[in-house]
Amino acid sequence: MSYPAIESTTLVETADGGGDERRRGRLRRSKIAERSESAASRLSSPWASAVAILVAILWTIPSVGLLVTSFRPELDIRRSGWWTGLTGPFTVQNYETAWSGSGGLGPFFVNSFVITLPAVLIPITIALLAAYAFAWIDFKGRNFLFVAMFALQVVPLQVALVPLLKAYVDMGINGTFWSVWISHAMFGLPLAIFLLHNFMKDIPPALVEAARVDGAGHVKIFFQVLLPLLVPAIAAFGIFQFLWVWNDLLVGLTFTDTGSRPITVAIAELAGSRGGQWHLLTAGAFISMIVPLVVFFSLQRYFVRGLLAGSVKG
Amino acid sequence: MDWLLRPEAAGEKIVVMVIAILLFAAVMALILFAVDRPKRISGTVVAVAFAGPAIILVTIGLIYPAILTIINSFKNKNGSAWVGLDNYSQAFSNPELLLVLRNTAIWVILVPLLSTALGLIYAVLVDRTRGEKVAKALVFLPMAISMVGASIIWKFVYEFKPNQPGVKQTGLLNQVIVWLGGEPQQFLSTQPWNTFFLIVVMIWIQTGFAMTILSAAIKAIPDDIIEAARLDGLKGMSMFRYITIPSVRPALVVVLTTIAMGTLKVFDIVRTMTGGQFGTSVVANEFYTQQFRQANQGLAATLAVILFVLVIPIVVYNIGQMKKVEEIR
Repeated sequence: MSYPAIESTTLVETADGGGDERRRGRLRRSKIAERSESAASRLSSPWASAVAILVAILWTIPSVGLLVTSFRPELDIRRSGWWTGLTGPFTVQNYETAWSGSGGLGPFFVNSFVITLPAVLIPITIALLAAYAFAWIDFKGRNFLFVAMFALQVVPLQVALVPLLKAYVDMGINGTFWSVWISHAMFGLPLAIFLLHNFMKDIPPALVEAARVDGAGHVKIFFQVLLPLLVPAIAAFGIFQFLWVWNDLLVGLTFTDTGSRPITVAIAELAGSRGGQWHLLTAGAFISMIVPLVVFFSLQRYFVRGLLAGSVKG
Repeated sequence: MDWLLRPEAAGEKIVVMVIAILLFAAVMALILFAVDRPKRISGTVVAVAFAGPAIILVTIGLIYPAILTIINSFKNKNGSAWVGLDNYSQAFSNPELLLVLRNTAIWVILVPLLSTALGLIYAVLVDRTRGEKVAKALVFLPMAISMVGASIIWKFVYEFKPNQPGVKQTGLLNQVIVWLGGEPQQFLSTQPWNTFFLIVVMIWIQTGFAMTILSAAIKAIPDDIIEAARLDGLKGMSMFRYITIPSVRPALVVVLTTIAMGTLKVFDIVRTMTGGQFGTSVVANEFYTQQFRQANQGLAATLAVILFVLVIPIVVYNIGQMKKVEEIR
């Protein structure tokens, strides 16, 4: 019974094969409209939308609780649940104490910043060059080396931490920013090379060939032909690496000391030693989240792309 | 030179950071300059200049340490004597370590299944609805924050106060239980359920990931298929069962395996919420405890190697599926 309808769509589409782009566009648009209509009718089934809204609320409530609590006076936090204090009173006292009180998070926030910037720039630069070599320079063992690099993506950091720690101690740089920068750079490379290589391979070889014919060397091709085209890829990986380093606990815990500790480590320690002091913990946790949240809301598109691409790291 | 290694004031730290970046830029510029100058230069030299730094760094940063760790796993506490497979037999016979392995297994089974299922259902429910963007952002948000932050958020949800007159609950979950007429619980220290309450945190984080990938896969289902199915009278649940699920199957597998890999290595949540106490430790956390608390380097190395070995089959499967997904695209 449904055959005629299907046939007619197929017919329309073969007729379109002739090149009537506009008509095809119109057809597609009407289909999208149809589909959204059908989705709407599906969701007008009230309990389907109820479930969706319920999940969204469930997912959001824990974070709202943290946010509200961080603005409540210390005594109120201890005496009653945050849901009773939705109308105030509110204060920023917790943030002041968490930021600059004894053992305040201010210096650790600076540390996170100081750690993150080089830990993003260094692997991206090195990886861009390596990805270029793997994509556009012919040399012996290229395929083997690239596959090896690809495989290294999944090595759990745990297998590398202890020998590296010993090497840093021997060199006298353990607990300094240098050891953290180097570690993050090394750990970030395999994924960075893999991602950037994929993007470089998508660039039409004709572009590179044309530049070569014009007498451009590899360095010139890299900077003038490829780099401008790679901006979205660099942004996606850059954001991923930025958040990975900013949110990292394991590397920071292993390689830093009090002077170079990132904010995640400081807060994890606060949770262990002063677990009951929620006025400090909630404000502190929010201070550590503010940077990722800003990145998330301002660069959502790149952010999702980067996160998805990098999801196997670690 | 000491301030270069251990700067104290914020200003000094930033200066050191700038110096490090400039130093790095100078080295890279020097390398590029060197291979750019000569008119005729062999491809191999250029390749070494471009790929060399990366290969050297991963060799000293990943390959060499990994080999050392594998060797250490056959040595004793402080690495002074060979012990053969003792560490491995201990890992698989000591009751405490068996508990760690059991917990890890529970994590790796439950987190991928539940977060993928939730992510899929949610993606279908919000697909092409009016508030789709906002609805997705809300569920994806936990992916953006650190696992330490997520752990603190949930520790607060699980907060416990003894049930006495005049004492109000401050943890939301216990308040809900009290509202329903129950006794408040110590969620994080009551075995064996505490492991499940930690798992909830990981599901809370990973569902956003599953939802995003699966939502993209759902949108990629060709219109003709859906139309044909609808004309055949499929709708609602049967559409989901016979069209949506088979169409996104490859993406489902990728999501499952990717989350499984991440879960296998989970460390931050356990460490921040319980420190691995009350029988909640997992392999990645036990590695840290054995190495830095118990000073048992041999056993720690063994746990790291076990982690490595467990990841490999999932990775191999994941890569195979990923290729399939790409071919379909």
